[in-house]
Amino acid sequence: MMIAPVGGAKHRLLPSCSLIALLAALALPVQAEAAGTRAGSTISNTASASFDTGGGTTTIDSNRVDLLVDELLDVTVDSSNPADVPTTPGATGQLLTFSVTNNGNGLEAFGLTTIANAGGDNYDPAVTQIYLDNGDGLFDASTDTLYTPGANDPSLNPDQSITVFVLATTPGTVVDGNRGIVSLVAAAKTGTGDPGDSFAGQGEGGGDAVVGSTGADGTDSGAYVVSAATVTLVKSAVVTNSLGTADPVPGAIITYTIVATVAGSGSVSGLAITDNIPADTSYVPGSITLGGSGLSDAADADAGDYNGTRINVALGTVAGGQTRTVTFRTTID
Amino acid sequence: MRTVLFLLLAALMPAQALAANQVALDNAVFVERVSTDAEGKQKILLEEPKVVVPGDRLVFVLNYRNAGAQPADKFVITNPMPSAVRFADSGDTRPFVSVDGGKQWGLLADLSVPMTDGSRRAAQPADVTHVRWAFQKPIPVGGTGKLMFRGVVK
Repeated sequence: MMIAPVGGAKHRLLPSCSLIALLAALALPVQAEAAGTRAGSTISNTASASFDTGGGTTTIDSNRVDLLVDELLDVTVDSSNPADVPTTPGATGQLLTFSVTNNGNGLEAFGLTTIANAGGDNYDPAVTQIYLDNGDGLFDASTDTLYTPGANDPSLNPDQSITVFVLATTPGTVVDGNRGIVSLVAAAKTGTGDPGDSFAGQGEGGGDAVVGSTGADGTDSGAYVVSAATVTLVKSAVVTNSLGTADPVPGAIITYTIVATVAGSGSVSGLAITDNIPADTSYVPGSITLGGSGLSDAADADAGDYNGTRINVALGTVAGGQTRTVTFRTTID
Repeated sequence: MRTVLFLLLAALMPAQALAANQVALDNAVFVERVSTDAEGKQKILLEEPKVVVPGDRLVFVLNYRNAGAQPADKFVITNPMPSAVRFADSGDTRPFVSVDGGKQWGLLADLSVPMTDGSRRAAQPADVTHVRWAFQKPIPVGGTGKLMFRGVVK
């Protein structure tokens, strides 16, 4: 067991100055790590020495050094939305999700605030509520807890995380492609400051609370992007008659073409094209087409119908960049 | 100079440890605080802490002294790592270490630890459970020395 010689070469006291120089040369930057030893616990160190002065082996213990572990205040906030969240002008209850993690080593409560006017975007989302998740990671206003600053600040154990939902309203004035950024800030209730700042006696377990490398507050941002769409309708008419001319004589057939163009990064839903049959003309039964295919006049499974006074084609949801072409015919009375 | 140093040593050593044994072993723990001055230079201060936080770098200093009338042979100093401290390094004192709770000893570079799949990997400083110095030569009467190692508060 007592193998090669180590250590014993120097039977002298190292001058303290050279010890410190040595330490300085080898020291690495101090780095805090997640959680770690729980605040309030004691680190005890005792060494022992055994030796033989001729009468057999004697073992002695050194003095014991006890160190109290203080509470380190550290928190991080992470956005759970890797991409911008689509929104539309005037939309309410638009959701951003964050996670708040206690990286300190003691139980700590964190105050939550949002910043929506920091710039770097096109508009300021209006934050309406912050909710604390019930643990399932999904937002549900009926089961998650509405956050009220100072009243239900989330208390987190070391390494514990909580999911936080931020709800905002998108102003009605925004246009397609606009971005709005919201930051969530979590700050230790004991206090924040520069790393190393301490709050005497306020740490868990009776020690001090010391601000860690995060400054005891954390922030991260999420963003909305306005994904709107606009619809443009262009209607045209072509007259044909038995004379082979374009003159609108009685008996001539007018073919109407309506082109709906959807522009923007979003889509429109419930889009329908309705057109009244003009006076002094008569609808040609069965003449509705959508994209070149005929539709029946009955209000049935297909998208088109004629009710005696107007034609209607229900286009449903149409994404930006797409067009729909509807035609129908009338005869001049 | 020497007088000053001995006074320092005496201050670090509990009086009863000196009186009761032929060999005295004193244990002191310092924390390295890094401060950066206005010019951006880092200075390292050693403080004797009452309190520490996770991430603090601790310097464990062991002073031994043979205060008896006989040389102390087969001199071995053992320091189990406190469970909340991760071993970092031992300067140039080249101790034996154990990574298995004190069963086997060796230089850190020669040790390995078992993995869950049955293979073994090289031991890392964080695996160290005990630090030990075994002296080849007896400590002469009046001989003193200082050993150190560093750890980080987990």
